[in-house]
Amino acid sequence: MDDQVDVVVVGGGSTGCGVIRDLARRGLDAVLVEKGNLTHGTTGRMHGLLHSGGRYAVSDQKSARECIEENRVLRDIAAHCVEETGGMFVKRPEDSEEYFQEKLEGCRACDIPAEVIDGEEARRREPYLARDVEKAIVIPDGAVDPFRLCVANAADAREHGARVETHAAVTDVLVEDDEVVGVEIEHDSGPGKRVHRQPGTTEEIHARYVVNATGAWAGQIGEMAGVDVEVRPSKGVMTVMNTRQVDTVINRCRPKGDADIVVPHETACILGTTDEEVDDPEDYPEEEWEVDLMIETLSELVPALKDARTLRSFWGVRPLYEPPGTGTDDPTDITRDYFLLDHGERDELPGMTSIVGGKLTTYRMMAESITDHVCEKLDHDADCDTADAPLPGSEDFSVLRDYMEEFGIRSPIGRRSAQRLGSRTDDVLSGTDPNPVVCECEGVTRAEVRDAIDDAGSDLNAVRLRTRASMGNCQGGFCTHRIASELAQEYPGRVVRDAEDELYQERWKGQRHALWGRQLSQAMLNHLLHATTMNRDGDPATTDADVDFGAFDAGVDPDAEGSGTGGSGSDDSPAGVTATDGGLETADGDERNGGQHGDR
Amino acid sequence: MAIDSEVLVVGGGLAGITAAVAAAREGADVRLVSHKASTLRQASGLIDALGYVPATEPSKPLREGPPTAGRNLDPDEWPDPEGPLADPFEAMDRLPDDHPYRLVGADALREGLELFDDLVGDAYLGGHTDRNALVPTFGGSVKPTARYPASAAAALASDDRPTLIVGFRSLTEYDARAFADRLAAAGVPFDVAGTEVEFAEAFRADAKITRLAKALDRDEPIDGTPAREALAKAVGPHLHDVVDDEGGVDRVERVGFPAFLGDDHAAEVRADLADRLGADVFEIPMGPPSLPGLRLEDLLYDALDDAGVRFETGTPAVGYEVDGDDRIDHLVMDRKGSEVPYGAEAVVLATGGLVGKGLDSDREGVREPVLDLHVPQPADRYEWFVDDAFGEQPYARFGVRPDERLRPLDAAGEVAYDDVRVAGGVVGGADVAREKSASGVSLATGLVAGREAAREVQQ
Repeated sequence: MDDQVDVVVVGGGSTGCGVIRDLARRGLDAVLVEKGNLTHGTTGRMHGLLHSGGRYAVSDQKSARECIEENRVLRDIAAHCVEETGGMFVKRPEDSEEYFQEKLEGCRACDIPAEVIDGEEARRREPYLARDVEKAIVIPDGAVDPFRLCVANAADAREHGARVETHAAVTDVLVEDDEVVGVEIEHDSGPGKRVHRQPGTTEEIHARYVVNATGAWAGQIGEMAGVDVEVRPSKGVMTVMNTRQVDTVINRCRPKGDADIVVPHETACILGTTDEEVDDPEDYPEEEWEVDLMIETLSELVPALKDARTLRSFWGVRPLYEPPGTGTDDPTDITRDYFLLDHGERDELPGMTSIVGGKLTTYRMMAESITDHVCEKLDHDADCDTADAPLPGSEDFSVLRDYMEEFGIRSPIGRRSAQRLGSRTDDVLSGTDPNPVVCECEGVTRAEVRDAIDDAGSDLNAVRLRTRASMGNCQGGFCTHRIASELAQEYPGRVVRDAEDELYQERWKGQRHALWGRQLSQAMLNHLLHATTMNRDGDPATTDADVDFGAFDAGVDPDAEGSGTGGSGSDDSPAGVTATDGGLETADGDERNGGQHGDR
Repeated sequence: MAIDSEVLVVGGGLAGITAAVAAAREGADVRLVSHKASTLRQASGLIDALGYVPATEPSKPLREGPPTAGRNLDPDEWPDPEGPLADPFEAMDRLPDDHPYRLVGADALREGLELFDDLVGDAYLGGHTDRNALVPTFGGSVKPTARYPASAAAALASDDRPTLIVGFRSLTEYDARAFADRLAAAGVPFDVAGTEVEFAEAFRADAKITRLAKALDRDEPIDGTPAREALAKAVGPHLHDVVDDEGGVDRVERVGFPAFLGDDHAAEVRADLADRLGADVFEIPMGPPSLPGLRLEDLLYDALDDAGVRFETGTPAVGYEVDGDDRIDHLVMDRKGSEVPYGAEAVVLATGGLVGKGLDSDREGVREPVLDLHVPQPADRYEWFVDDAFGEQPYARFGVRPDERLRPLDAAGEVAYDDVRVAGGVVGGADVAREKSASGVSLATGLVAGREAAREVQQ
């Protein structure tokens, strides 16, 4: 078949992005399809911990060893996505001494560097730790930005010839003669970057092999192909604080439990988490008790968290999997290992393999093993180089300092831009002048926003994930409209308005879980700014209102101004003159501009 | 040493100032204390009365239970608001029964607006009619407002003169082309174009708008050209950008700028620019820091002075003592670190809402922190919100509920203190943001609270 590609990868999370990169670098013709934006599923909803393996050093030493190995790889190939924060397992008086020793021995058995420090030293390093923390094991945990990591993998894949389609949901898995031969996808707005309001299309992609890398959604894709994939999605809450109470990853040193980790991430700290099995990865309750539990329990480790400001909470679903028949009741006991399910061997349905389980830290290793598997199936002989080849942005991280000198950006804003962009700093920042700050909370400049728009189209949530714009204290209150304004050069008005609304509402979603204290004040200020000052909610351009402009005050002496509506605006005019037919007709008018953007 | 006055007003925003002046005009000896700078500087400087009656019931039943991951917002869950309203008074009866306007009545709003007109003189317009004006917002929309600063006089949307909206490439608050497009989509009766020009680039990339305003005030040279001339030169080439329905080119008759056209000499800056451009010039009210808000604050504090009200800022209320069951004896203020009793025969509490910290909250609940007044609220904080950011948000109506004389009510619906009146944002029952009623509620309740407090003294 002419238009057949080698491989379709379903799922734009860390695994899928890792797989498409590996496939492309090995010379295969591959397409990635993702129903939302990259990281839309679980990857975009995690606390950003780069595991040292310490968390699994007692319970799951195979995973622990994989973690420390990949931890080292990512520091190297994805330097601009990783912050080497270091981590600690801290012990409170009521936590078991025996377990502390087991943890220490486990780390050492798995080749994870581990050092014991006393409580005083722990507090010297992290002054907000509780007074009664007795001691800690120091391990090389880190923080990783999953968005940047996925985008960099996808970008590298594209550079090596792969096609990446976001906002393209799989609607069917194509099966012919008892073999998977491709997928049918529905483009939200046509192929390529998403453009709001642009109608979608359906497309069949035929492929020699299909990789199902949809994590918690793997069962749904399996169902389309007629096979069972027994993923057990398990939800967990993450609560975002407005500042970094700690600069080191703080883990509670006890066997297992909810609310036992604080991860410093960019300008924030993220508290995690819970572990509760859910039926549907997209429809499960996000509950008050989970947020309260994070704050109450983790303030035992860091008391300042109790009265600190939280910005929002979000939930993710782990794609846990266990082989049929294992029958573990408690999701916290299910292995964090990953599995390749070759549906040819397993279900007599060749042409597709699902990859389930696993974790972000080991995404590259998972990608390597499934790419090996696919190469074998396709009889394609090529070596994996993803552990050695740096990702775009991390090619030459040492040049960072030079950029900061060159652009005179030793200011905090410039430093943050350069940290986010890595070795792409020069390309991104040099093209935009003037380059004002668009998001003040996170120090994101116009150049970064425009760069992200070039990459992601009019989807401002994708822009947010690439830049961090609107992720700070104001949660978009002061910058949603500014970010949307940056679309105006390329996109028609209706697209700009829809993109703005979508981002504002998305930001509201997470804030609902932080509506007290200062964040409630912030929410009210945002409400006043957007509804009162801007009148976004009652804008005749977006409501069905048929405005009789002549019925309103036309000034003290409209006639003297030569106003064409004449006296229609004066007080004694009965109903005034309807100046136009209102918003709708005119609003439709700007669709005339829509056509020229059809190829985005 | 106690500091005594007849009427003590707590809070230095629009409601507090209105109450203080109203009480003083009734002959009372008035003192106003405020914690910190008012939230006027965050407001647009427009005086809204009532622009919309928003829906309080959804168009379809809301989802029950906690928020759900992955659920996409239904954009039609809430009906469009009624409006924009040309007549703010006529629509009042359609507001909820416990709305502050329903308590104090349309006449209170009318008199509050008259008092405002008197305080600010010709710095504001709109008093010649009961009708709302429609003015452009920096979001590119138009909104109904009862009074507008002189700087927005040429901005009225009911005026059909061709209009140019100017944006600056170094400012990010709006894109002038998207702005003009949005106005056109609203169906405004004038032809409009937007243009982004180079001007403010001469300043540091992240210069504050107050810096730009000063440069125009002083007509500072920018690369050798005086600022006002430089600005006019930047805009000049775009005066014929407007294209009418037939494709003909109009010369614009008015030009809108972001609200930074001068601070102390704003009128002079506008007149100078209008002269150079041969078109009227107007300002588009912006978000914080808002120059029109700051200018209004200055005007109002001058008025307070003229009314003979003593006032001090930087003085937070930290406690109170009761006199019997139903009267406040005095408030305790923190005056530079020492606690000082402030006695009064009547107290007006105008401390603001959630933004101005007149209402405080934690995970357990919302409270009024100065006098511990009752704030009705759902016990579960997950009932404080709805899923649509612009839906009927319970939190937006939080506040103390008063009787018709603005005496605060306790949980049983009884008057909590006979000698206390509440005004402005601390009063609940209004969603001033969606209604576009914030200033009007402050004026109406401020006026009634101030008069009532003065009467309390006279008894």
